Amino acid sequence: MKAAVIIFPGSNRERDMVMALKSSLGKPPIEVWHGDIELPKVDLIVLPGGFSYGDYLRSGAMAAHSPIISEVKQQAKRGVHVLGVCNGFQILTETGLLPGALMRNANLKFICKDVHLKLERDDTIFAEGYSINDVIRVPVAHHDGNYFADDETLKMLEDDGRVGFRYCGPDGKIDETNNLNGSRNNIAGIYNKRGTILGMMPHPENAVEKMLGGTGGKPMFDGIFTGLERLLA
Amino acid sequence: MSKITPKIVAEHGLSEEEYQNVLDIMGREPNLTELGIFSVMWSEHCSYKSSKKWLKTLPTSAPWVICGPGENAGVVDIGDGQAAIFKMESHNHPSYIEPYQGAATGVGGILRDVFTMGARPIANMNALRFGSPDHPKTRHLVSGVVAGIGGYGNCIGVPTVGGETNFDPSYNGNILVNAMTVGLADTNNIFYSAATGAGNSVVYIGSKTGRDGIHGATMASTEFNEDSEEKRPTVQVGDPFTEKLLVEACLELMATDVIVAIQDMGAAGLTSSAFEMASKGGVGVEMDLDKVPAREPGMTAYEFLLSESQERMLMVIEPGKEHVAQAIMEKWELDFAVVGQLTDSGRMVIKMNGKIEADLPIDPLALASPEYDRPWVKTESQAEVALSEDIVPENYLYTLKQILSLPNMCSRRWIWEQYDQMVMGNTVQRPGGDAAVIRIQDTLKGLAIATDCTPRYCLADPYEGGKQAVAETWRNITAVGARPLAITDNLNFGNPEKPEIMGQLVGTIQGIREACNVLEYPVVSGNVSLYNETAGQAILPTPAIGAIGIMTDYRKSVSIAFQSEGESILLIGETLGHLGQSIYLREISKIEHGPPPPVDLSVERRNGDCVRSLIDDSLLTACHDLSDGGLLVGLAEMVMASNIGASIHDVSGDMALLRWAYGEDQARYLVTTKKDSEIISRCAAENVQVLELGMTGGIDLSFADESITIAELKEAHESWLPKYMTVIN
Repeated sequence: MKAAVIIFPGSNRERDMVMALKSSLGKPPIEVWHGDIELPKVDLIVLPGGFSYGDYLRSGAMAAHSPIISEVKQQAKRGVHVLGVCNGFQILTETGLLPGALMRNANLKFICKDVHLKLERDDTIFAEGYSINDVIRVPVAHHDGNYFADDETLKMLEDDGRVGFRYCGPDGKIDETNNLNGSRNNIAGIYNKRGTILGMMPHPENAVEKMLGGTGGKPMFDGIFTGLERLLA
Repeated sequence: MSKITPKIVAEHGLSEEEYQNVLDIMGREPNLTELGIFSVMWSEHCSYKSSKKWLKTLPTSAPWVICGPGENAGVVDIGDGQAAIFKMESHNHPSYIEPYQGAATGVGGILRDVFTMGARPIANMNALRFGSPDHPKTRHLVSGVVAGIGGYGNCIGVPTVGGETNFDPSYNGNILVNAMTVGLADTNNIFYSAATGAGNSVVYIGSKTGRDGIHGATMASTEFNEDSEEKRPTVQVGDPFTEKLLVEACLELMATDVIVAIQDMGAAGLTSSAFEMASKGGVGVEMDLDKVPAREPGMTAYEFLLSESQERMLMVIEPGKEHVAQAIMEKWELDFAVVGQLTDSGRMVIKMNGKIEADLPIDPLALASPEYDRPWVKTESQAEVALSEDIVPENYLYTLKQILSLPNMCSRRWIWEQYDQMVMGNTVQRPGGDAAVIRIQDTLKGLAIATDCTPRYCLADPYEGGKQAVAETWRNITAVGARPLAITDNLNFGNPEKPEIMGQLVGTIQGIREACNVLEYPVVSGNVSLYNETAGQAILPTPAIGAIGIMTDYRKSVSIAFQSEGESILLIGETLGHLGQSIYLREISKIEHGPPPPVDLSVERRNGDCVRSLIDDSLLTACHDLSDGGLLVGLAEMVMASNIGASIHDVSGDMALLRWAYGEDQARYLVTTKKDSEIISRCAAENVQVLELGMTGGIDLSFADESITIAELKEAHESWLPKYMTVIN
């Protein structure tokens, strides 16, 4: 299987993502510059974290209009898997590939710490390394991670089971105390309808080694590899 | 042309004597632009005129030092063809006037100092000092500085992995923001600033030049007074996104062979970069300001030359190769312009609109700038404090709880959680321990980084305080298992024209020198910030030390957190019970006089070398050096970091329990192990004192028939800062 990581001016977690993908996929992903208009044929497209264009307008708003994005959209519509992490999630909502928006954290501050996430699904390639109701520990590092969707959209997301992860306590408890940034329904990550596009604020790529933040994110990358290999077989 | 009046001279911060010097060098009256150039280049900030004489006495070499002070940053060999490049620098005055932008551009400036030498920045740290928490501006300054540091570092994508924060009323009118960056380079691809080769092109890259930050360096070289708020226009505005592009563009360009010399434009902007580069290379420069990318029309030569607009670099490139640089800058959408040529005249000739705006000799403004031997008086040493029985606490662990919740002792979590600590994916040890550890990507090597300084010790005895600051960073680096390599010193003091302040500076430097010599731990870069005074009130002498160390296998590093229950807790190093200048005496007994703990550097070295070898042999499971607060505080920090309790027997012997619990003797480490007998015999063999204190386990910290739960300790330790910061003024 082949993966591509899209790099925008201001991306800053592309190296972390490349390292994490490499350790599970066995080979490094292709790195694609935002100004390119062609995307090689790949099985997974990743939009990494960072501050594309400084996030001076709205987080992800400028990047959503980069030349490469129309190609990303087309491939996504054809069913190619897309993962957007942090700024990548913000870009996915700005492109309309995922609904809702990421607003400034409720405390108005940048937050960087380990958080616990509860797995709401395990039937996608992104989550097949986990089991439903698993609680995993991964870090967050964002200023604009407060997920918002209007009532109707939120109901649709919940009814269709499109929430991938929620912020929770170490014991899996989902409540306001464990809602670190004000996200509606403690949402940390969501899917498109087909479960082929995942946007999430936390950084699984920073939790793939025991001595460097733990291994809470490792099953995601391992699952992506086995899942995509199976689809290709 | 306007006549230069004594008033104009004074406004430029030049003394009468210095102006006479200007006249002698020029052989004529300077014009206003030329005067402005003298003003910034001879400012304390750029010329180090009060400190140079003393800085020259510091040890700066070792077999592993590739480049010591004098360049943009220090360069140290870390093996396998790799080098660590690092420096700490102050942005004190701007951060007081405009905390967010002042702190942000402080981070931006130090990042540029490091990547201009060919290194990719891999970690940031910061050493912050604020005024009393009761002072009406403190909350606003803390909030702005922390947001500014985070805003810049988080966006550019370099992890901020630690630092220190103190509060003291002496910083009420002069906060300190000292930012440190560590970068990684290949030893065969390091870039220096000496401009050479007459006929080579002088190239400008980065952001456009605007009217911000004019005279920032001069502002940073005077005391503050009532109207310092009016100096806001001298503060620069940061753009971390452009800097991110600049890092990537520079590193891409540095992979080619076109750069002869490069330096960032920091304090005093285009002027100081051009003068310093030319002076180091022994060349002249002819520059045309019409070519400089400008943010707005109508800027004068004076403004172009003194602007401190951020995210700009100056380079020397061989003629005919400019297009290589231009193509890379265009890819990254950065400005590029050939703004002049090197000459062999030894003079700086600056033109605008076809007219010569300035024509000055180079050396007298740079390498040969003034050097003063300012009068100084030695700080008197203080008599030992006679202690009476009534300072003994009724309950040790209640007092511990009080100490852990003090503004100067409580958890800094509120601060570091606003910094991205793990971007780049190599952070092994995050903030909260003795030193941060960063893995060198694609290797097993770990780089340890720490900053430290205890200003109250430095005030009581600058010499011992200087030694202690260096020794404590050495101990911090050792405590994670790394070998200390070198330091950067950021010397923050009051007005050097006052002999007692100058005496603090001299004493501190003498102490730093002594510690560096004995520990074989040279100074490879640094920065001096003087005139940190408001209305005659000087800050505590604050020589912030930033340090790096290396370990061959990061997987062997240990942290302050206990690893499991039932392990032995041992104290390595001798306890003498020194209480002078301790947190206990100052904060609980309110006794502020007395000498700080003396630092015996040979003992320091022996104990540290022993601890490091124990970690290297995987015999220790946790390690924490003892500093502020002494034994009980250190122990509580280990308990809180792990959520595992500890019980300590009374081993004070003949010593008063108070001295045992809260004394701040140096060169001590608290360690845990599963192999206590081996540790004890190893220590005995190396003539290092070691004592069994107790065991890990349970949910309490027990000491001298008292006990307290971990939850209570954490509540005390974690709540002060967040609570303080949420009160609305």
